[in-house]
Parts: sequence; structure tokens; C-alpha cells
Amino acid sequence: MAATEAKSKKGKKPEASMGRDELLAAYGKMLLIRRFEEKAGQLYGMGLIAGFCHLYIGQEAVVVGMQHCLKPGDEVITSYRDHGHMLACEMDPKGVMAELTGRAGGYSRGKGGSMHMFSKEKGFFGGHGIVGAQVSLGTGLAFSNWYRGNDHVSLTYFGEGASNQGQVYESFNLANLMKLPVVFIIENNRYSMGTSIERSSASRDLSLNGVPWGMPSMSVDGMDVLAVKAAGEIAVAHCRAGKGPYLLEMKTYRYRGHSMSDPAKYRTREEVQRMRAEHDCLDQAKKVLEGLGVSEAELKKLDDEVKARVAAAAEFAQDSPEPDEAEIWTDVLVEA
Amino acid sequence: MAVDILMPALSPTMTEGKLARWLKQPGDQVKSGDVIAEIETDKATMEVEAVDEGVLSKILVPEGTEGVAVNAVIGVMNADDTAPAPAPKAAPAAAKAAPAPVAAHHAPATVAELAEPEWGETKPMTVREALREAMTLEMRADENVFLMGEEVAQYQGAYKISQGMLDEFGPRRVIDTPITEHGFTGMAVGAAMNGLKPIVEFMTFNFAMQAIDQIINSAAKTLYMSGGQMGCPIVFRGPNGAAARVGAQHSQCYASWYAHCPGLKVVAPWSAADAKGLMRAAIRDPNPVIFLENEILYGHTFDCPVSEDFVLPIGKAKIERAGADVTIIAFSIMVDVAMKAAEALEAQGISAEVINLRTIRPLDIETIVQSVKKTSRVVSVEEGWPFAGIGAEIAMTVVEHCFDWLDAPPARVAGLDVPMPYAANLEKLALPQPDWVVAAVKKLF
Repeated sequence: MAATEAKSKKGKKPEASMGRDELLAAYGKMLLIRRFEEKAGQLYGMGLIAGFCHLYIGQEAVVVGMQHCLKPGDEVITSYRDHGHMLACEMDPKGVMAELTGRAGGYSRGKGGSMHMFSKEKGFFGGHGIVGAQVSLGTGLAFSNWYRGNDHVSLTYFGEGASNQGQVYESFNLANLMKLPVVFIIENNRYSMGTSIERSSASRDLSLNGVPWGMPSMSVDGMDVLAVKAAGEIAVAHCRAGKGPYLLEMKTYRYRGHSMSDPAKYRTREEVQRMRAEHDCLDQAKKVLEGLGVSEAELKKLDDEVKARVAAAAEFAQDSPEPDEAEIWTDVLVEA
Repeated sequence: MAVDILMPALSPTMTEGKLARWLKQPGDQVKSGDVIAEIETDKATMEVEAVDEGVLSKILVPEGTEGVAVNAVIGVMNADDTAPAPAPKAAPAAAKAAPAPVAAHHAPATVAELAEPEWGETKPMTVREALREAMTLEMRADENVFLMGEEVAQYQGAYKISQGMLDEFGPRRVIDTPITEHGFTGMAVGAAMNGLKPIVEFMTFNFAMQAIDQIINSAAKTLYMSGGQMGCPIVFRGPNGAAARVGAQHSQCYASWYAHCPGLKVVAPWSAADAKGLMRAAIRDPNPVIFLENEILYGHTFDCPVSEDFVLPIGKAKIERAGADVTIIAFSIMVDVAMKAAEALEAQGISAEVINLRTIRPLDIETIVQSVKKTSRVVSVEEGWPFAGIGAEIAMTVVEHCFDWLDAPPARVAGLDVPMPYAANLEKLALPQPDWVVAAVKKLF
């Protein structure tokens, strides 16, 4: 993938967007997401997770880089490929994994599943299964910040496939009309299920999709967590200053299928291998960390910690009981 | 030749208006397109433009006159011409027929029993004023409540429900949106998930179909999917059902569509008291509430409690008229039809009890069952289509809860199972009339 376009914009160079310790923390989060998703894939194979399960493997740099631009009270909302976003928001991997297995210890007490998890406490507003719906909802989160007159920002994620939905453009219009503090983040992983971007979008540069509404935008190397952070800082600062929405196109790639049941016949094995070998976000970050003097032992320690957290999450997700049968009737309505 | 100037209809549901001002006087030369008069309705002030050229000869209705019926002769042009006036063409005849079904509902309902006895003093109020007052009171009481929708602010509301609210609350809380139902509905739902309490006005519920995904999949289901974390306190309101002569895409009842879905409450007021009391309850409710209004009822006057605290519970029906022989169950404007049918039946020796549902979901099963146990016969009346309609739900509810008390199968009266036709005669045929209800009741004996 081409070197980041973010360099050409105002602001820090990507490599300056994080210091040693911050990058190490970001690396740890990306690693957590990677290992968590690998484990989720395993549990799916064992029949412990069912239904739709969309893994985030390959795209970790996007959400981790963006999360490093936020402060408490900001909001995050995304689609059904949401496990990485939840972990980036510091939600407990145990609660996320237990929701995947449909257990009482899950964030939605087993009633939501992979695509429907939330944590108001952590500023994570889901987890939405209807392609594109979260874009209007995320605009509404930004609206609530505007209404309250605070400086919080809504990060609203969606794929390049969702970017063709009508309500996405309705939201662009509303957001710039009202100058709402929302960063629209297109995670362009090049395939909307089995349809490549070339076959689904007449727009060749998705970062220009906000131009008719006067929305500033940037195209970013979404495989490079430093580039993501650098671009994210510009976008978030724009929103916090009350200047309205910002559009970021993150050029990224998913290594796994659209969901667990995807045979992935629409792309070659070689293409996936090349992306993994040349652009992997963990490899890139690791190289920079080594250059900053982080030792092999330090990275190994981090790796062990992550493995232990994921193993504990998987264990919790299997040990947690199924929800009580009486739960089927709860939470339909708030009792007034 | 002399030409009559007729009182024009300025909206599909207008039946009368005030002749506010004449801008031309007898003897004045008038060109086609000149503004000759101003007319006020309860929705707006509109200018009347001359269609014909010539001289204004006579003014028959002086300015300031209220309650001038549509199609009444208000002035005459070119009276001194000797040429004979042409025979009226088809248009006036059709125009005369059009308001008939509307006019039939238009008499102010000031029956004492309509008011809420426990709430004390009442005053006459239109449904439009009741809705506005309810929203205004709740917005004064709770900073998190705001109104958004198309033309709600500067235009003062497409149906003038929000008239004056922009002045009081400002553009932050009374928000004009672009024509973008899917987008602004999703935006409002997102704001509700973050703790605000939006009132979303749809210019009509027909347009809410553009946004029904956000209403069902996001607003109604998220509380459950989040294990109780993510509530959505929001009111979706606007006119529902048939107005008058606006064709199939603008004349449809959505009661059964929304009532089908767990996670929503569905309210359908009839009187001004219903509108005011239930709107306040809907805004305070922590759940998404579908609030189905009716354009024809907006201008109807009812006695409404004046108490500052007046509010009605969602989920409670009201017996509008007590009776012994049959239970007629209706909601929204069909309560008018049910009440007229009950009067007609009374004259024929049949005592009908009329239940105004007020809330469709949760349905007040207790009130329905108690009534049917007393009367042993039940007829539902709705404007929507019969198939999988509210009538079907009522019939099944009665069968499940009090089958042994029934002396006859439950019956339903509904709109005809066709898209709404435009032609005046066909439209009238498509919507339930009191005599349909009378016929349905008499079949049960």
C-alpha cells in the first residue's frame, strides 16, 4: 500500500504521532485484538460461537490508532465487525467473548451476540447489524454533543460497502449542515462481502465522497497505526473546535472472510499473503518499536500477557452459564 | 358575464375559514393573478388570487367573517356584463362532494362525558392546540426534550402543530430538518441512545416508511439487544391514516405495522384530552412511542382538562359511551364513526358501548374483556386494511379471554382492502362509515 497520504496534510508526520510508550501500548492493543479474534475463530470452529461472526483480523491499526485520539466521554459506534472496537474501547475481553458464546456473563447478557454489544460506560454505542444504520446513529451521538454544547466527538465507523447506502449521504448532509462533531471513518477493506470496491463503487477515491457537502477529508494508510493516529488527531481536533464533521478513508484489508462462513473465492490466496507479508500492522509497529530500542524480551512479555488475557476470556466465555430462561422476557421495554 | 367568486379550499381537509381581508373593493379593476382577499384557517393565512379579469362588482361576505364554508359565494365580478354566465362545469360539483365526509366529522364534540371527570375544570380546545400545549409543557419541564422534523420551526409546522414553538424555545430545540427521513430519524435515535428525548415529527407517517428500519431495528430492539443498557426515549409523531383526497401514498393507517413490534408503544388519540394527556405521557416514557395523529381531527374541538398536571396513562382505554348490548372498539378518528353508529343503534333499540382504545400497544385487554363480558358482542372499527389488522388482534384477544361469554362471533369493520383511490366517490366508499358499523352490529343479533 502506498505511503500515507496523511503526510501531505498539516500536522505531525506519522512517525511523530506516538512516542515509544504510546506505540508500545498501541501495539499491545492491536495484538490483543489479533489474538482475541484468532481465539474467536477457534471457538467458532468448535461450535461454541454461532451465527454471524465477523473477524477484524488485519484491520487492527484503524481502530487502535483512532482510539488514541479520544478522551473519556467521546463516543464510538460501528457496524457488525465490532470486536476490535470494543477491545480498543477498553471493554473487558471476558464480557465480549462471553457474549460471543451467548452466555449470561456477556455484555448483553447473551441477548445480543457478536453484532450487538454496547457499553455506555466505555462510550461504545454498538455493534449494529444493519449495514449503514450506525452512520445515522453516530451522527445522532454527535448531535447530542452539539445539543449539550460539550466538546466531545463521535467516531462513526463503517465499511466501504456501507458507504453506498443512502442514509450515509443523508448523514453527511445533516452533519455538515448542523456542524456536528462526528468523524466519519470508512474502513475500506476492499471487499463488501464478496464484491470488490471496483465492482461496487463508482467513486474511485472514497475520501472525496464528502466533497459535495463541503466536508474536509483525508485518505489514510489504515495498516499503519502511526499514520492513523496522525490523521485522527487532525480530524478529531477539527470536530472539537466546532468546525463540523470530518471524513477519513482508511485503506485497510481483512485477512479472514467476510464472516466465518465465507469461502473467499473472490480473491486469490496470493493477494491475502502479499498483504500480510508486506503491510501487516503488527509487523510494521514492531519494526518501529525495535528501532526505538524496545527489546525482544519486552515484546515477548507483552505477547505473553495478551495470550493470558485471551485465554482467560475464552475460559470465562465457556464457564459462564447460559442466561436464565426468565431473561427472555426482560429488557423489551423499560418499565416506566 | 357575471362570475361568482367562491370561497376556495386551501388544503385537502379545509371545510371553512375566516375571510380576513378584502384587498380589492367594488369597482376596482382586477387582473388574473391579483391578490383580491386574504383567508385565515386554523393552519395558515393564505392569499386568494383572482382567476378572471374584469371589475369586482360586489362583495357578499364582508371581511372579518368567520366560518365561511368552502365554495360559498363571497363576491361577484363583472355583474354589469350582459353576456350570460356559463353553466358551472364539473369542477365545482366535485368540490362540493369532496368536503362532505369531512364536514360530517367537523361538528365540535362538546359532550360533557368526553372530558376526564377526575381532572376537574375543562375548556374547549382543538386537538392541534392540545398537542402543541403538551409538547410545550414538557419542553419547559425537561431541557432534554426537543422537537425536530420538516418545517417544524420557521414554517411553524406543516399542519401548524408547532406554531410559536420556535419563538419560545429557539432553533436549538425546535429544529428544521432537510427532507431526509431516514437520516434524521437515525440521528434522533442516536441522540436518544445518548440520553436526549427527541420528538420527531413526520409530516405524515407515510414518509416514516423511509425510516422504518431505524424505528424498528434501532429504536425498538436495541434495549433488548444490549441487555437493558441502551434505552431509547423518543416520540415519533405525525398524522396517520387518510386525510382527504390525497391518494394512496398519503392515506394509510400504520397502527398494525408498528403494533406488531415488541419494543414499541403505539398510541392513537382521538379527542383533545387524549392528545394532550397521552402526548405528555409519551414524552415522559423511557421507551420509543409511535404517536399516530389524524389530520382531520387536528381542527376538531373537544373539552380538555386545564390542570397543569393533566396526563393520561399509556395502555388504558376509555369507555366513551356506556352500553349493554354490544361493544364497539375504535381508535383515532374511527371513534367518531363508532359514536355516530352508537347513536343510530340507540334509535333502533340497541345499546352500544364504545371503547376508545387510546393506546394500541400495550392493548388494554382488561377494559375490552370486561366490556365484552357485559355485552357478549364485539365489533372493531379501524380505518386501516382488514388483513392482519388491529381488528384481527382484538377478535383473537376476545376469543382467548372471554370466548364463553360471546353470543356471536367477533366482527370487524375496516377500510377496504385496496390502495386509497383519489376520486371523491371512491374514497368515500373505501373508508368505514357509521352505517357499516350499524350493519355489522345488526348481523350479530
